[in-house]
Amino acid sequence: MGVDLDQLSFSIDGTSILRDVSASLPTGSVTGLLGPNGAGKSTLLRLIAGIDKADAGTAALDGVSVGSLNRRDAARRIALLEQNAAPSVELTVLEVVLLGRIPHRTKLMGSFSGDEDRGVALDALEAVGARSLADRSWHSLSGGQQQRVQIARAMAQQPSLLLLDEPTNHLDVSAQLSLLGQVRELGVTAIMALHDLNLAAAYCDHILLLDGGLLVASGPPAEVLTPEIIGAVYGVDCFILEHPRGGHPVIVYSAAMSA
Amino acid sequence: MTRSTYLGWLVAATIALILVCAVAVTIGPAAVSLAQVAGSIGAHLGLPTAPVPLLTDSIVWQLRLPRVLTAALVGAGLALSGAVMQSVTRNPLADPYLLGLSSGASVGAVCVVILGIGFALPAAAFLGALLALVATLSIARVGGTITPVRAVLAGLAIAQLAGALTSFIIFWAAKGDSYREILNWLLGSVAGATWESVAIAGTAVLVVGTGILFSATRLDAFAFGDTSAASLGINVNRTRWALLGSVALLTGAMVAVSGSIGFVGLILPHLVRGVSGPGHRRLLPLVAVCGGLFLVIADTLARTVFDPRELPVGIITAFIGVPVFILLIKRKKSHLWA
Repeated sequence: MGVDLDQLSFSIDGTSILRDVSASLPTGSVTGLLGPNGAGKSTLLRLIAGIDKADAGTAALDGVSVGSLNRRDAARRIALLEQNAAPSVELTVLEVVLLGRIPHRTKLMGSFSGDEDRGVALDALEAVGARSLADRSWHSLSGGQQQRVQIARAMAQQPSLLLLDEPTNHLDVSAQLSLLGQVRELGVTAIMALHDLNLAAAYCDHILLLDGGLLVASGPPAEVLTPEIIGAVYGVDCFILEHPRGGHPVIVYSAAMSA
Repeated sequence: MTRSTYLGWLVAATIALILVCAVAVTIGPAAVSLAQVAGSIGAHLGLPTAPVPLLTDSIVWQLRLPRVLTAALVGAGLALSGAVMQSVTRNPLADPYLLGLSSGASVGAVCVVILGIGFALPAAAFLGALLALVATLSIARVGGTITPVRAVLAGLAIAQLAGALTSFIIFWAAKGDSYREILNWLLGSVAGATWESVAIAGTAVLVVGTGILFSATRLDAFAFGDTSAASLGINVNRTRWALLGSVALLTGAMVAVSGSIGFVGLILPHLVRGVSGPGHRRLLPLVAVCGGLFLVIADTLARTVFDPRELPVGIITAFIGVPVFILLIKRKKSHLWA
């Protein structure tokens, strides 16, 4: 599903959080949403998901404005994984993944046994390599396992657009790489907020770089992740190398710029 | 758990509830047999059953049966209220009593009782519960978030204030046995239950309970919080306020007939989740039946332990509920709400 952002703006209590963000992301692309803390990454994801309403501008999926969809129809198209989410009750992994089927249930009670939902949920777990965890308690999982289960929940939602807010937070290196590899393999259009520029460079087709609520750069990693732009946005000196195998840019930091 | 295991539990709990209710009606100062209970109920329903002595019949039909049925319905209503509150506020300590709703409902109820407009009792109790709920959540809300501990502290303040108001109003209008009346409202009692109580509690449990049952999937969606619920297609604010409003309505009706009985709404959902799992389509029916079962047993203890004196049933539920409350605070899984 192609995503078109047209001059999205959002403010809270008169404080501008995002201003005039426009971008066009093709179907099946994986986009990295970068920017310093407070740049507006999470807000942009919430606007695209239709959870918050933009003050001005539109986010459209294949030409359909998200704002024109009711919550349920939006949830059938878009899955959002927020940061550090944890359930308030004891849930098994399968129960967590089954939550993703909620937007697809019939309006009132839904089916009681839900064999079909169960099948979709188990397939989603299989796809992220977590089928064997199905009966484990959510709270007994490692951070990496929890994130993989969250991805499975989002997949069970069968979205055309997957939004991920810092999915690699608190994960070790191997878990980070395998998680992002899995997101790529899903083949759905994905937008993910990331802090690690090198991960974004390695796994994303497209980069949106936000700073202070403005979109300051947009394009393929090699065009956006340059020493000049990184220096201007993050205030750090760096070199850009070419990855010996993948060919994508590798950022080597040298020092924070003196203020 | 498979579907048939769950249904087995639900059927077993329902049969247990019916049996316990029947046995509870036989217990009391005047000896009544199970056959006489069946006979009396049958006669009033127009069934061809063996005749029962007039005195026994009026003890069964006028005194004990309305009381036992009211206890069962109030237990069901309070347990449902607790289960819904715990889910939509994501607070394992949420309960209509701890968050002040029951005490607020008592103030409303006592006001109309004193003013002598008894027919407005459920409506006034509902308004009191709703006001207390809004007050508790407003006090607990700091910087846009409500932590479970702040909610309980705010509920404590509101419950204390509402309790004081209830006592004040009763003293101010003092006639006859004020102390007894205050105790009944503050600690809860179904001693004065009539068929009217059964009608009020029954209508509330049936109507509001059905509405809540139809919201089971929406309740499930709150497991990971508001953002996650919204991304699963739930209209978060509308759903939350509709459900909390339903809880206020249910709690108001329960308090109107029984005063503020504590801890049923707190402990039953935790105990029943252990059997049904956290999914609300399974949790809600079972928690309602078990809540009824629990309160019928508690009320039977309340009127027999110190026979011929009678305790407000809230004392029994507190004796059982407070240790469970302490266990909830101390258990390792408190990371769920810290």
